[in-house]
Amino acid sequence: MGMRWRMRKIIKRFGVLLASAVMLLGSSMAVCAMPDGGRYGYNYDYWGDVQGSPNPYNVAGVYTSVDMGLDKNLLNPQGMFVSGNLIYICDTGNNRIVVVERVDAEGIKLKQIIDEFKGDVEVRTFSNPTDIAVSEEGYLFIADKGNSRILKLDPDLNYMMQFDKPIDNTLDPELTFSPNKIVIDTAGRVYCIATGINKGLIKYENDGVFSGFVGATKVSYDFTDYVWKRLATEEQRAQMVSFVPTEYDNIYMDYEGFIYACTSNVTEEDIDAEKADPIRKLNLMGNDILVRNGEWPIYGDLYWGNNGGYDGPSKLTDITVFDNDIYVSIDRNRGRVFGYNDQGRMVFAFGGPGNENGYFRYPIAVDHMGYDLLVLDNLDCSITLFTPTEFGRLVYQAIDEFDNGEYIASGETWQKVMDINGNYDMAYIGIGRSLLRQERYHEAMEYFELKYDDENYSKAYKQYRKEWVEEHIVVIFIVVFGILIIPLAIGKIGNIKREIDTADIFRA
Amino acid sequence: MTISIMTEKRKQKFAHYLATLRFALYCITHPLDGFWDLTHERRGSYAAANTILALTLLIRVMKLRYTSFIFLLVYWETLNIFLYLASILFPLALWVVGNWALTTLFDGKGRLGQVYMASCYALTPYPLIQFPLMIFSNFVTVDEAEFYMVLSGLSLVWSLALIFAAMMQIHEYSLGKNFLFTIASLFAMLVMVFILLLFFSMITQGVSYFISLGREILFRM
Repeated sequence: MGMRWRMRKIIKRFGVLLASAVMLLGSSMAVCAMPDGGRYGYNYDYWGDVQGSPNPYNVAGVYTSVDMGLDKNLLNPQGMFVSGNLIYICDTGNNRIVVVERVDAEGIKLKQIIDEFKGDVEVRTFSNPTDIAVSEEGYLFIADKGNSRILKLDPDLNYMMQFDKPIDNTLDPELTFSPNKIVIDTAGRVYCIATGINKGLIKYENDGVFSGFVGATKVSYDFTDYVWKRLATEEQRAQMVSFVPTEYDNIYMDYEGFIYACTSNVTEEDIDAEKADPIRKLNLMGNDILVRNGEWPIYGDLYWGNNGGYDGPSKLTDITVFDNDIYVSIDRNRGRVFGYNDQGRMVFAFGGPGNENGYFRYPIAVDHMGYDLLVLDNLDCSITLFTPTEFGRLVYQAIDEFDNGEYIASGETWQKVMDINGNYDMAYIGIGRSLLRQERYHEAMEYFELKYDDENYSKAYKQYRKEWVEEHIVVIFIVVFGILIIPLAIGKIGNIKREIDTADIFRA
Repeated sequence: MTISIMTEKRKQKFAHYLATLRFALYCITHPLDGFWDLTHERRGSYAAANTILALTLLIRVMKLRYTSFIFLLVYWETLNIFLYLASILFPLALWVVGNWALTTLFDGKGRLGQVYMASCYALTPYPLIQFPLMIFSNFVTVDEAEFYMVLSGLSLVWSLALIFAAMMQIHEYSLGKNFLFTIASLFAMLVMVFILLLFFSMITQGVSYFISLGREILFRM
């Protein structure tokens, strides 16, 4: 897998893969990294070149504290959760939860402000609430970070229970428990990311009992790291990168119960060493089962410049998953939004840093309402609501139609997508796959070849070849027969002729 | 009368050329015997050697366009056809010069031209296998890619083995000595690359010195 894109990078530099000494001559040629400045929507093609793209999303509205009708402005908001048409915002700096209702396509109105609750507990207010999750029955789960607890409240804001610091003897007893992000599953289990705990997600059963850590990131170090560590002095060792698992920034539970986790803790060295996988999909065992069949790895931007105060790779800080398995992550480094499909292909990328509508200063949370996206900006203290453009809608429609087995319709929709964006690789492959299902193999082959999809091309070609052979079996048979028999026959006739010529009875 | 003699001569020449070209087929199947006869019995010709080299280059360029994308990916935007041709010509030139320069000091019987001729003859399997393979590549799927890979690798290994055998025969070396000098020739190639790089960077600096000197004078005038 890693081999594949490294090879394509080499091919890109030299035109074609050369296995010879001339590499030496070529190595002085500069790599041309494509500039990605000045574009709002873009995508990467097979070669990893940046291709401008029509915007997949339009800004339907940017809502500030004033638009929400709040008495006190939002301060350092950290978390957001969407349930139905309700948007829950953790107004962390003001120690409260703001609930906003979306009334129509573009309008919102304030529904509720939660700053205290009832019940049999000492502290009935929040301190730095950083995340909230709401179950289908309406129970609220709040990461009350400053009070070192995760609260469970009923829909009428009565205290029900709380989840405390896990009792585990591998944890430092001095460590203050600061739950940062939470998700809940349908059974009421709570998964939590806590600051300073890097053993993975903390998992609680629905009765509040801590039941273990799941999905710790794998620590990887190689032999040279080990040797260096052994040779280093105590002081040097302290200055070295310590090999601890990275902490996740945020988590999201999709409709199937898989947890998507993302981390902004990615360095250029990780990316160069091909160890960067900032987005993970965790199953119940905590194993990463994210499909990475895309042409390029999943870490947001493939290229970046280090200037203008922005450097380093994308810092993916939150993630959300649509019901069609497309997941969307936000980059707080450059204020971008990246969408990937279930195969790990980039569906879209847009956004940028700035103050205009549709640009961000410090996006911190993302969630979705159907196919609409909501992004919470921590510095702007605003929510941006994005609705799909015609282009975005057609892409989703084509994917959904294909998943539902409406292959002909899907092909037609992909054709419409291609009419809008001729540089969209997924449209070509989508049409190809539709044709493949319609058993129009030869046409499918053309589309796959255009976008270098060798697997699908081979599938189509195999069928086409089979059909061709079946159709022309008679001709093939005659040709093969002819090739085998005619020389034999000529030889035989020659022999007979010679025998006759040299036969004794004809000798004079 | 003279015309008929000339055409007769031309015919003979052409027949000789064809015979030497056909001899390449004998060489690749009987390398030891073939490469001995190539120089000692004068059964090879430069014309045929050039033809084989030209065919190799031609096939190499044709492959770019006609091999299935499953096996050969080409990023046309950065492809430099001259650099691509140099990927055969440059190592070949280095090899011929390096090998000759070394062996001539150590009882090698082959002359520079003969090293070139034999090396070119040894390239024969490349066009011979790669051309049908190029056509074949368009009729297979990724599952059957191994056939292509194996045959393609075979053409290279065969050529390399032939070069080895050829050098042994034209220099009249024993197996061990030939092996030693093959390694030494490869090392000589590296040394030459190093010297060339050094040379080019010196020239660049020298030229840029005079350019800046000229600019300075123009500026002062």
